[in-house]
Amino acid sequence: MQSFIDQFWPSTIDGLALGAIYALVALGYTMVYGVLRLINFAHSEIFMIGTMAALAVLIGLDSQLLSGFTLIGMLVLLAVVAAVFSGGSAVALEYVAYRPLRKHGASRLAALISAIGASIFLQQLFARWVIPEYFDLPKEKGALPVQHQFVERFNVVAIGDFVVSNDKFVIIVGGIAMMVVLDLIVNRTRLGRGIRATAQDPETAVLMGVNIDRIVTATFLIGGVMAGVAAALYMMRFEETNYFVGFLLSIKAFTAAVLGGIGNLRGALLGGFVLGLLEFYGSSIFGSEWRDVVAFSILVLVLMFRPTGILGESLQQARA
Amino acid sequence: MTSNDTKTSGKSAGAAAAAKSTGAQDLLAAAAARARRRADRAPAALRFVTYLLVLPFEALGGVGDLFRDWWAGLPGYGRWIVYVILILGAIALPSQQVASFMSPYTDWPTLLFFPIGGYILLALGLNVVVGMAGLLDLGYVAFFAIGAYTMAVLGTKYHWSFWEILPVGILITALSGLILGAPTLRLRGDYLAIVTLGFGEIIRQTARNTEYIGGPNGIGGIPHPPTLTEWAFPDAEPFTSLGLNGVSPFRYGALDGRPYYYLMLLAIILTIIFVKRLESSRVGRAWAAIREDEDAAELMGVPTFRYKLASFAIGASIGGACGVIYAGQAVSIVPALFPFIVSATILAAVVLGGSGNIPGVMLGAFLVAWIPERVRGLQDYRILMFGGVLVLLMVFRPEGLLPSRRRKAELAEGTGGMGSLGAEVGGPGTQAAAEVTK
Repeated sequence: MQSFIDQFWPSTIDGLALGAIYALVALGYTMVYGVLRLINFAHSEIFMIGTMAALAVLIGLDSQLLSGFTLIGMLVLLAVVAAVFSGGSAVALEYVAYRPLRKHGASRLAALISAIGASIFLQQLFARWVIPEYFDLPKEKGALPVQHQFVERFNVVAIGDFVVSNDKFVIIVGGIAMMVVLDLIVNRTRLGRGIRATAQDPETAVLMGVNIDRIVTATFLIGGVMAGVAAALYMMRFEETNYFVGFLLSIKAFTAAVLGGIGNLRGALLGGFVLGLLEFYGSSIFGSEWRDVVAFSILVLVLMFRPTGILGESLQQARA
Repeated sequence: MTSNDTKTSGKSAGAAAAAKSTGAQDLLAAAAARARRRADRAPAALRFVTYLLVLPFEALGGVGDLFRDWWAGLPGYGRWIVYVILILGAIALPSQQVASFMSPYTDWPTLLFFPIGGYILLALGLNVVVGMAGLLDLGYVAFFAIGAYTMAVLGTKYHWSFWEILPVGILITALSGLILGAPTLRLRGDYLAIVTLGFGEIIRQTARNTEYIGGPNGIGGIPHPPTLTEWAFPDAEPFTSLGLNGVSPFRYGALDGRPYYYLMLLAIILTIIFVKRLESSRVGRAWAAIREDEDAAELMGVPTFRYKLASFAIGASIGGACGVIYAGQAVSIVPALFPFIVSATILAAVVLGGSGNIPGVMLGAFLVAWIPERVRGLQDYRILMFGGVLVLLMVFRPEGLLPSRRRKAELAEGTGGMGSLGAEVGGPGTQAAAEVTK
């Protein structure tokens, strides 16, 4: 318990920073789930593709240690490139692996298997072909480090134990900003109304003139873009990636989505932060090797007492 | 009904026509008609490719239907003859002749034991949960791991024999199924999926973090099952030409994989009998009711929670039995043997084969276990291909290779037992357009 008190502020900041990344990835799950009732298992690979795109930019520009406006410019560039690649591959994924099933009225189980297959395929594609071919690294090498660190770290706030470094600050602020933008899109725009209508009742939505295929494409695109931004933030924080980087992180992100109430955008944010914080608090008490066990135990406990997550499901419930 | 009619009639009528027609030509024509209907829904540019890809699956499904009809019309003694032939075939399976074709790269009997036999047993167990009761379990490997660790701990630390541990392991895994199920089975569908996934990870990581059971290094020196009898296949004709003469099927040594295969075979046969009996019992009907509409089942007086719990415990105990048997052969086990991908693969086997249908599930498990081994020549790309094949199969044959007839009917209704995708309303002319749930 003493270690928990000693580590309280560092754990809090680390937990929030990780939680923001969880939340951004969780959005992709929660949007797709809200509209299609499908656990998009390959979303982890969408995130992985984003980190790879960011890494390619860093290697291509041969980036040195950056600070000030060049660092901000670099981050924006990374986020845009990663978002383009992630969003594009998410749309392609929907078109190849899910759309035919949707048209055929296949069971959700079949769609889930298709998703798992796509996830395995993309992971192996990077492990066996893309990484050896384009990143010039041996197969199955664990991590792909950035050659030169590109973020010059300094502390934005330092009051006693309460220390926030610039990268964590950017992650937390950037994550919340993206969430606000998305919330506005879903709640205020015409596209958002279409998404909510489809989530509530696809049949009526069609009768009201909503183009379902376009809505589904947009949903995957938004989820992919959020994962891309999360990937850029992840690269800034950890400066390394590998072909299975998405796997555990995405399981956690999905856990976060369920924790907050799946299909609920604000729930994803809340769930991400709660999970990130509890993970770090848990590992400061039990030791870091129990971090994942703590995360999943929390999930089971929360669902036992609140079976639809903290905030409940809402994308599909009437909240127009 | 002639094959010409099937082109215009509905899907179920087409299937019925395929089942009734006896000639291979009719069968092919009906399959072609179904494939054409499938292809009509694909984008124009892909229509012909879709047709070519769907056709073999439809033909296979037609043969399956034909076989099923033949089976349904078979008198009792005829079925027993088929059972005996199948069992004799399974006994002859590890022979040299089969091995040279099936497995040129690895030891065939060992491969037959695990992954092929093991996956079949696991898929049968998961089928109880997913295929029969319609509960999505993404952490099934946890029960396999618990069974294996039970064998390892009791075998190395308490020096129990395999035959004592087997029932204990089954009990412990059934209990763990109850412990996992009791708090979580009140959840619906996808919440259950993520909780079971989490459970699988908890078990693996707990095993890795616990020093008592070896941490990340696992447990070594697990004893083999004690030999039952030294009796060997006689040096007589069918055995000699199969290369099985002199093999003792009940002597569990370190070198020969065949006795373990026979052990697994016995477990599989017993499991099939058990599961088959369950399926056609009151319990099986309750599961089907829960799978198709849980609320309706509850209203009709089915104690859904109790039956869901039962399916979890039974599925778990089959997985546990497989774990015990596996550890009895493997000598050493480590937590890394039980990652999520095993759960995913077993689930893929169940869905691929046709969930709910026992021969289908076994076929799926066999393919999922065997294909990656058979194409070992392709080395690096086999898992990549596995992923791609999963997507293609689901895109072109979402109901699985050999779907159960009841499941097929559910699919035609658009619910597929486990509910369908949310926004499945396609453009005009799609079959699903009028069948949206929720």
